[in-house]
Amino acid sequence: MVPTSGRNPAVPSQTVPPLTDSELRRIREDFPLLTGTTVGGAPLVYLDSGATSQKPLAVLDAEREFYLHRNAAVHRGAHSLAVEATDAYEEARRTVAGFVGATERELVWTSNATEAINLVTYAFSNATAGRGGAAAERFRLGPGDEIVTTEAEHHANLIPWQELAARTGATLRWIPADDAGTLDPAAAAEVIGERTRVLAFTHVSNVTGAITDVAGLVELAREVGALTVLDACQSVPHLPVDLPGLGVDFAVFSGHKMLGPTGIGALYGRAELLDAMPPFLTGGSMITRVTMESAQYLPAPTRFEAGTQRVAQAVALAEAVRYLQGIGMERIAAHEHALGARLAEGLAGMEGVRLVGPPPGTDRVGLAAVDVAGVHAHDVGQVLDAAGVAVRVGHHCAQPLHRRLGLTATTRASTYLYNTAEDVDRFLAELAGVRAYFGAGDDG
Amino acid sequence: MSGLDGLYQEVILDHARRRSGEGLADPLPGHACGESHQYNPTCGDEITVRVELVPGDSGPGAEPVVERITWEGQGCSISMAAASVLAETAPGMTRTDLLALIEEFRALLRSRGTVEPDEELLGDAAAFAGVSRFVARVKCAMLGWVAAEEALGRAG
Repeated sequence: MVPTSGRNPAVPSQTVPPLTDSELRRIREDFPLLTGTTVGGAPLVYLDSGATSQKPLAVLDAEREFYLHRNAAVHRGAHSLAVEATDAYEEARRTVAGFVGATERELVWTSNATEAINLVTYAFSNATAGRGGAAAERFRLGPGDEIVTTEAEHHANLIPWQELAARTGATLRWIPADDAGTLDPAAAAEVIGERTRVLAFTHVSNVTGAITDVAGLVELAREVGALTVLDACQSVPHLPVDLPGLGVDFAVFSGHKMLGPTGIGALYGRAELLDAMPPFLTGGSMITRVTMESAQYLPAPTRFEAGTQRVAQAVALAEAVRYLQGIGMERIAAHEHALGARLAEGLAGMEGVRLVGPPPGTDRVGLAAVDVAGVHAHDVGQVLDAAGVAVRVGHHCAQPLHRRLGLTATTRASTYLYNTAEDVDRFLAELAGVRAYFGAGDDG
Repeated sequence: MSGLDGLYQEVILDHARRRSGEGLADPLPGHACGESHQYNPTCGDEITVRVELVPGDSGPGAEPVVERITWEGQGCSISMAAASVLAETAPGMTRTDLLALIEEFRALLRSRGTVEPDEELLGDAAAFAGVSRFVARVKCAMLGWVAAEEALGRAG
């Protein structure tokens, strides 16, 4: 990618100060798990928030409070408890939608981001099968049409598109990653063309930490009338994100990576598109009139929320959003920007360690993955774990990107608002000893 | 002994560095041969194991005997060392004996540290007893051994 801070609203402003030490101490008190020790007795350094974040007490309390005082089925039943539960559920939708600059009409609850992408791809499929009438015309795909994704995607933003291509006869193409594993806009311009109907890409890579030039890709897609789908799983938790402002048509993110519970994620879609899209899952709660032959559907977002919903999870996710807003996403981004820079600089200077992704001095979130020469990522992770440092090892659900980098697995450290510079330094210090432990670089 | 050193026994680290049987060899004429490829989707590790058998020398109808095991793979020190140990241990064993050894190795690894390894039977493979306490690594140790088990079934 091209580091174009002027064009990318996701890059934190340099004028916002990062979190102070006393603020960090207070934040860490909200996460009791972080002050604990690992099974081996070492103090925990949690650097795996890219996989899942820890949860503050406020979020746990919100879920418990809902079950204690407001639990009932939503959007059905006339008793006052059901009304209260419905209010809490819809208020949560407004809060989470507002967090990404959207309105409640534009936010569909899903179980996770993977389901949200599958929702979009199956809606395309259903439209292709003739569902949704004339309004769904723009979602119909066939031979000659092209679906474009990138070589840097998480499997969740690749496989659903492979399957959609297989079901519709459309062709899957991809923007290649460069030697650093990042996306080059010039390469994108060569792949996106007149036949492109949909462009799916990640906002922030879960392997390299690179921030994509969203505006540049959206412009290319708009020139050819293609719809855009943004994987915002690694951006929404860490950066101020205004989805309508980015100009994407759809976006997905997950609750558990942003201090919320598991089991809830969201699909953002421009209202006009969501209203025109046929449903994916069907059943109760998403209908108006049902006969034995057919049914009519509610408008979006309810049209996409069949069956019993994740009410307590939505309520808890809204609390997570309020927690993040209380600190301020610009400040969180500035804090993580500093941690990311510290990670990248420390890793780039380490012997036998190859940092993938943007080089030090280039924009990245607080996430960095490395290959350690002569030591497999699982062994690296094991040594770090024994020292209490929890990182992710493996292909991080991005096998094609690893293959492009000539690797099968990497070791990834990823930060969040609760991580300190000392956390990063402990990771760097432990990592520096790994090659010696395995005798890598010695003769034989 | 710290938890980490309990896992990475010197024997294991040595085998990971100086690997026996690495590099697939073409089977010699007249040798029965079986091959298997195994993949660990969690970490992307993979291995191909080739088992060569020769007729047993204890008369007609005797069980075939393992002549050699060669392999090629990519993975962590545990998986590579386990394949190396297997390549050193298996030659000279009958098919039945090797299958029994693989079963013994599997039982040890699945024991979560509750089984004392039979060092006489297992030889260097007994060093993997510590792996059984690290559940996430059991698959790593088994990768090459599972491949050998399948390859044995395929060898004519």
